[in-house]
Amino acid sequence: MRILLALLISLSLAACGKPWNNPYPKGEEGLRILYSSFSEQPKHLDPARSYSSNEYAFIAQIYEPPLQYHFLKRPYELIPLTATEVPKPRLLDAQGSPLPEGADPATVAFSEYEIRIQPGIRYQPHPAFALKPDGTPRYLELGEKDLIGVHALKDFAEIGTRELTAADHVFQIKRLAQASTHSPIAGLMAEHIDGFEDFAKRIAAEEKRPQQKGFLDLRQFEMAGVREIDRHRFSIRLKGVYPQFVYWLAMPFFAPMPWEAVRFYSQPGMEERNISLDWYPVGTGPFLLAENNPNLRMVLDRNPNFHGETYPAEGEPDDRDQGLLADAGRPLPLIDKAVHSLEKEDIPYWNKFLQGYYDTSGITSDSFDQAVRFDTGGEAGLTGAMKRKGINLTTAVTTSIMYLGFNMKDSVVGGDTERARLLRRAISIAVDYEEYIAIFANGRGLTAQGPLPPGIFGHREGDYNPHVFEKSEGRLKRRAIAEAKGLLAKAGYPDAIDSATGKPLVLYFDVAAAGPDDKSRLSWLRKQFDKLGVQLILRTTDYNRFQEKMQKGTGQMFWWGWNADYPDPENFFFLLHGPNGKVEHGGENAANYANPEFDALFDRMKNMPNGPERQAVINQMTEILRRDAPWIWGFFPKGFSLHHAWYHNVKPNLMANNTLKYKRIDPEGRREFRIQWNEPLWWPVILTLLALAALIIPAVRLHRQRERSSAR
Amino acid sequence: MMAYIIRRVLYAIPILVGVNVLTFVLFFVVNPPDDMARMNLGIKRVTPEAIQTWKAERGYDLPLLYNGQAQGLEQLTGTIFFQKSVKLFSFDFGRSDSGRDIGYDISQRMWPSLAIAGPVFLIGLLTTIGIALAVVLFRATPIDLTVVVAAVAMMSISGLFYIIGGQWLVGKLLRLIPISGYDTGWEAAKFLVLPVIIGVVGGLGSGIRVYRTLFLEEIHKDYVRTARAKGLSENAVLFRHVLRNAMIPILTMVVAAIPLLFMGALVTESFFGIPGLGSYTIDAISRQDFAIVRSMVFLGSVLYILGLLLTDISYTLVDPRVRLS
Repeated sequence: MRILLALLISLSLAACGKPWNNPYPKGEEGLRILYSSFSEQPKHLDPARSYSSNEYAFIAQIYEPPLQYHFLKRPYELIPLTATEVPKPRLLDAQGSPLPEGADPATVAFSEYEIRIQPGIRYQPHPAFALKPDGTPRYLELGEKDLIGVHALKDFAEIGTRELTAADHVFQIKRLAQASTHSPIAGLMAEHIDGFEDFAKRIAAEEKRPQQKGFLDLRQFEMAGVREIDRHRFSIRLKGVYPQFVYWLAMPFFAPMPWEAVRFYSQPGMEERNISLDWYPVGTGPFLLAENNPNLRMVLDRNPNFHGETYPAEGEPDDRDQGLLADAGRPLPLIDKAVHSLEKEDIPYWNKFLQGYYDTSGITSDSFDQAVRFDTGGEAGLTGAMKRKGINLTTAVTTSIMYLGFNMKDSVVGGDTERARLLRRAISIAVDYEEYIAIFANGRGLTAQGPLPPGIFGHREGDYNPHVFEKSEGRLKRRAIAEAKGLLAKAGYPDAIDSATGKPLVLYFDVAAAGPDDKSRLSWLRKQFDKLGVQLILRTTDYNRFQEKMQKGTGQMFWWGWNADYPDPENFFFLLHGPNGKVEHGGENAANYANPEFDALFDRMKNMPNGPERQAVINQMTEILRRDAPWIWGFFPKGFSLHHAWYHNVKPNLMANNTLKYKRIDPEGRREFRIQWNEPLWWPVILTLLALAALIIPAVRLHRQRERSSAR
Repeated sequence: MMAYIIRRVLYAIPILVGVNVLTFVLFFVVNPPDDMARMNLGIKRVTPEAIQTWKAERGYDLPLLYNGQAQGLEQLTGTIFFQKSVKLFSFDFGRSDSGRDIGYDISQRMWPSLAIAGPVFLIGLLTTIGIALAVVLFRATPIDLTVVVAAVAMMSISGLFYIIGGQWLVGKLLRLIPISGYDTGWEAAKFLVLPVIIGVVGGLGSGIRVYRTLFLEEIHKDYVRTARAKGLSENAVLFRHVLRNAMIPILTMVVAAIPLLFMGALVTESFFGIPGLGSYTIDAISRQDFAIVRSMVFLGSVLYILGLLLTDISYTLVDPRVRLS
């Protein structure tokens, strides 16, 4: 017992000054390392293929497309990243003659973007660039014998680098067209880039040739619309006009790819060793992926070859007061390393944030009440416990929408008839999304009045959908359910009975539902329809069956969502553009809405510059959509995130993914807080051990007594 | 004995084929190749052509079980089932649907699983047997009753409660060890303490009940009475005679479980962020990665059969009366 006590006392003394529950290695406390987490393993790290936020969290720090969004300025503004300037299209007619800026889109056959990249940008160190003394590539002609003992990229002894060239951009665009790359934007780019589709077909045919094995050098094949002008300039020629194209130039799809890297990874034996572009990215960005173990952690280290960039010196008026310009002009990145740990479960994730082992955190439903409270005005704020820890809250309405769609091909809720339109409008009134946001999103959402969220040009503050809402005493109010019932009666369903057949109106909702949360949501939805006396039958299925139904157009009503690719109204309105219908064209218009008037306005609007004229067209389009009600507009989710006092330069930027370079950490402040919050508590352990001893010792004595008495 | 082992190995082949067919049918009833492709390619902007290309690249464009277009033997061999299953029998697990070498991943991820399962198994076994023997020593006393009631209570509590409760108590309240995480080498030790404690405590209730019953059954046998009549102490009777004679039922339970330790603990690994085979399987199921699911089910079956074989062999070691023939 004495030994035990001595051990515990010595442990307690040893614990002074250093937390016992620190999950990170010793010696990291004072370093400029950002600690974060991820819950879902990234599937792809190839910029041609990657298209989800959990993948962008990594690759956007590694790969650099020509453009980026300004970190601080709003509305979102494109600025050069590896390019020297934001390119402006040169408009050409069918003969290739230049047209004046603002020419009628109908006369424009091509628009050409010339992109000049900055000289002197170099790739991160990588074996693909290693050279022999004679200047030939060191690792691009490897045989099976050369790979003995190689299990990971670090097993290649030599590394190298080279300058980024325009040819790397051209190479990457060609990769987008290669079917085996599986780029999700190949279809879209085929519509816009001249010669893209033809190139894709030629490459597909080439890949099918039996002689073709391993690396297919795309540099040998020309794409009509993509051209290397010189070492630092290239051009992209689009069919017609597509002003939104510049936004794509700020996405990783258009980041440069050195041919050496693709060739390096396509050598025999590499894939068998899990050495691939999907696992080991090669970029020019501020960070490189030093450790890729998505089952445990992913570590980004500062790229020693980074070309350099400085923290922005201007932003919005409030930014200076909020300390967001304190680092103006400082070289980026402001941290040396970022450690992202896999954290699948909410409970350990949240507790580690509270212990100071994660610098930032989202807020799960379970921890919401512990972290956030709403004041009487409905404004979100932190609870006292969070404030005492110096934690900060950041909120932002996301550029995404969650909506309830009607299948316009359905014979009951769909179609362009007044009867169906009135039915949809009646349902739109009945489904109370304010209630939904309060119950299921902890108030983290904004009721949508149309398809455009705040922050996107065309969204008007204070504007509302008059078919669903009305103003009463200066406040916006959902129209009464009696009004909805009146619309239902007008549609030929008095008291929810079909006057034509005399049968009750029964509607169907198709949904991919999996968990208990879905059950309560669906139960809520059924109650919304009950308000009208309409029976709602839920057709729950798995995600794949649901997708199949959507593609075949056999669903009636469904929930769907969209997250913007870029900050342009076109990226939302196209979800309702007729030629983008899911059933007929395999597009993203899941409601299969097709209205010639709307489509014509869309075609006009998408080519217009932002301004009053474009706003007027958008207003017209919004009004058509509100009248036709192909969606119940649902809500725009609000993102809530927390960060500790030592974590600086936090400003939500919903378009940029490469914001890690702007983040700053105060490691000393963090170390002090961690010590303060994580002092180990030993007395309950000692008490438990004493209690156990108090139970065991009498039992042992009793046993000895019994042994002795039986011996006698 | 060798003939017996060979016979058991041969018996295993139809069992493994059956398991493989069942896994295949169940998986593809729920997830046709189109769904797998969609899941892999993502949600946004997935075209039918991309789905076809994905399937063709991975051999999922073939018929499932019977190829009516082919001739002769190819009607069976030109199917997804044959192409994906036959290599398993040479333990060539192939590549996952995301392109990773499954064999390599298994070889990497079995160590973290073993790092938890091994200590939990050993410490748990020794602790439960020790407590069960102690309880038998105090049979029909208030100590016995208290431990039995406590064991029943512990059995009734969900394993998840132990995990969450343990993380809350040790990681959050006492702040003695990290709540979750993992590392390589000796750094892993601090992350293993809590899952091992929870694993041991979580298994105590049922373990004590089972072993107590086994020992009580033995303690009323004639040889025990003889031992006591010889004047042996109760300690000697229990630890020297009862324990040894209870080995056959203990081995039945224990040896069969040893090979399965490699397979990992599904929930524990997920909650503690441990990159073992349990979380590997769970992730593969959620990602609809048939190649991994099939490999893990196959591996599980092989290990289970191996466990049963080892159990039989172990009988001959502890009981000279048992002969395998």
